Amino acid sequence: MIQQYDVVVIGGGIAGLTTALTVAQNNCRVAVVSKVHVTRSHSVAAQGGIAAALGNEENDHPEWHSYDTMKGSDYLADQDAVETLTKQAPNAIYLLEHLGVPFSRNKEGKIEQRRFGGHTKNYGEAPIKRACYVSDRTGRAIMDTLYDQCIRSGVTFQNEVYIQQLLFTLNYCCGAAGYDIATMQPRVFHAKNVVLATGGCGKIYKTTSNGFASTGDGFALALDAVLPLEDMEFVQFHPTGIYGLGILISEAARAEGGVLRNGLGERFMESYAPILKDLAARDVVSRAILQEVAEGRGVNGKDYVFLDLRELGKERLAQKLPEITSFVKTYLGIDPSEAQIPVAPTCHYIMGGIPTDVNGHVLADTLGAVLPGLFAVGECACVSVHGANRLGCNSLIDLVVFGKRAGLSIISESKTQSLPPLPLQTESTVTDKINNLLESKGAERVPPLRERLQYLMTDQCSVFRNHRGLENAMRQIQLLKKNYLNLGLTNKFKIFNYELQEALEFGNMLRVAEVIVYSALQRHESRGAHFRSDYPERNDKEWLKHTFVNETPTGLQVCYKPVVIGKFAPQKRSY
Amino acid sequence: MHITLKIYRFNPEKDKEPYYDTFTIEAGPDERILDCLNRVRWLKDSTLAFRMSCAHGICGSDGLTINGQTCLACQKLVKDYDYNNGITIEPLKYFEVIKDLIVDLEPFFKRINSITPPTTSLANAEPQKERIQTPQERNAFDDALKCILCACCYGACPVITEQDSEFIGPAAILRAQRYIFDSRTANPQMQLAVLKKPHGVWGCKSYYMCTVVCPKNIKVTAAILRTKKKIISEQQSNQQ
Repeated sequence: MIQQYDVVVIGGGIAGLTTALTVAQNNCRVAVVSKVHVTRSHSVAAQGGIAAALGNEENDHPEWHSYDTMKGSDYLADQDAVETLTKQAPNAIYLLEHLGVPFSRNKEGKIEQRRFGGHTKNYGEAPIKRACYVSDRTGRAIMDTLYDQCIRSGVTFQNEVYIQQLLFTLNYCCGAAGYDIATMQPRVFHAKNVVLATGGCGKIYKTTSNGFASTGDGFALALDAVLPLEDMEFVQFHPTGIYGLGILISEAARAEGGVLRNGLGERFMESYAPILKDLAARDVVSRAILQEVAEGRGVNGKDYVFLDLRELGKERLAQKLPEITSFVKTYLGIDPSEAQIPVAPTCHYIMGGIPTDVNGHVLADTLGAVLPGLFAVGECACVSVHGANRLGCNSLIDLVVFGKRAGLSIISESKTQSLPPLPLQTESTVTDKINNLLESKGAERVPPLRERLQYLMTDQCSVFRNHRGLENAMRQIQLLKKNYLNLGLTNKFKIFNYELQEALEFGNMLRVAEVIVYSALQRHESRGAHFRSDYPERNDKEWLKHTFVNETPTGLQVCYKPVVIGKFAPQKRSY
Repeated sequence: MHITLKIYRFNPEKDKEPYYDTFTIEAGPDERILDCLNRVRWLKDSTLAFRMSCAHGICGSDGLTINGQTCLACQKLVKDYDYNNGITIEPLKYFEVIKDLIVDLEPFFKRINSITPPTTSLANAEPQKERIQTPQERNAFDDALKCILCACCYGACPVITEQDSEFIGPAAILRAQRYIFDSRTANPQMQLAVLKKPHGVWGCKSYYMCTVVCPKNIKVTAAILRTKKKIISEQQSNQQ
């Protein structure tokens, strides 16, 4: 089935819905295509808040927000993009509020704000209340509001459709093709503009806060289109995942007064970050936790520490952190007002992604050539505002600010565009690929291969990395890729064939993992979330630059792009 | 330890009738039922179909019927059940089964989509300030915000499953209630109008099953009653 739209958005999280809503309210015909029901997108799992210098609780400035974001990024973010983000952040919050997002309120009836990791007043002096929030279900509340508004504005939702490829005519992106998960029928979307909003790839790690759908599909779509991926070595490990499960305990828990304690009961963050302590940037806190563990101060000699929320008391927990309280009760049988929570770093977010400019245009090279008709927004995009380490609450604001900007640039450009023709035989390309997989009779199965990849990435390419481990990971990934060619599917049915979908996703995961390891292997320094124990220092002289990696017939290829530096020159980073 | 799962099966590509399949797997008492289902699919039978996404009770994908009780498979642990006697897993009731544990949620989302937010002419607007809302006004609809659209309340509601299959249902009323009681909604007539239609809010007979099964512990029935009260008091003030 071939359908025509002005805009097709692939992925229905907050970024995708923001772009869709923006274009729909300007009378564009837009479809959001998602492999899950849109309301299941992983943005719903965002808990703690969304950052903007509203100054509702105390004096604040976008410039302070910029400083914190740059410092958080370990100076790898592009400062012009960061300024765009922080300057437009307040208006983005007001827009959300007017759309109906039910923000928590302070006594004056304004949007309430709380502290969050790495956000400070007066250039690092002390923590500041900058995170707007809806108790600890901020993502869910924003998603629900945007979903309702999209319905009202006539956005079409194509739920449970798996996109396999982008379509190009000459050098113009003119659509996307895939299949209906419920029937396996090919689906072709023919559009003037295509927006990638496919989120992250946390599922390539064993322990992650990400949902099952975070398999990096958008990254693979970009690689297929011979596009580079930027800064993929920078993978964020959130310090406080529930031990073993990886389920996120928001930084809001520490913002509201929770503290981390090692096996000796010590508040160890005081010695790693004397000013911000438990509210230091995430890369710093994650390393500190694993350092404590490595030095034998984990709880009971194990690889976790405690998050202590007992000080908060039952009432405050119920009011400010109800979801977290209930997760902990459900999965650990613990009442956080009485017992400490075992936590360890969990793969959370990828700072890198598909390179874009501040208007969402996908960039085809380090010189900034724009690929017409193709946009990327949200976690799958790299603008870059997060650099080597993202601050908490800066993700949600990125989704809304740049989601909207992409929508606005689509509107202004599409007036003069005509719909390019579709390439020939798109439906049969999709069907052929599916049938090849369905008929595969090899001995390998996805679940054990996937588990091998997840353990490999967790062991060799997480918080601490080194040359030997990364080299080993590269070799193992090559082996896994060989195994993948010998895949055999046992499920030959067409209706809801998840074995087929997971095979496609795993193919994507392997490619993304390879780019991550390769990028990490090349970068001979430590910066933000990329810590090389064989190169423990940041090296601005040689490495203040963005990694761009392309897939080529002879393997991966790397090149670099200078960082845009502005008024905040790189400084030594301490919290 | 070994546990036995008895799972509802129906594959429209080969089965004329649904049946139950039994699988024995290794699982610990603290594991989620969703983990068990994945183990079955990944190790025993790749054709088993069920939905999942976040796996921690916030996305709403895996509403199922487990040992007769409607719930989320990711929120229930093995030890929550008398697992020595096996655990029976069936799809959500009320909805048409497409395959195994997957139901057609179209009727659910159609109802949710019938509740639209208040008008905002935002096409190119750039609001420069938030609207003021006191914490009390904000808390007036806080409970409804917990809804994750899992549709468990539909699977458990005696009205929709047994009496009036056209009933708009608990989650949709909750969605409307969220806008009706939001002080920022200048005029909630649009949301109220949907509820006043036949099969609307008056279909609710207060069985409280939605409240009992809600995975987010929302007081759904109380919210519905509040909405009914609001409609009646409006009608009375219109008559005066």
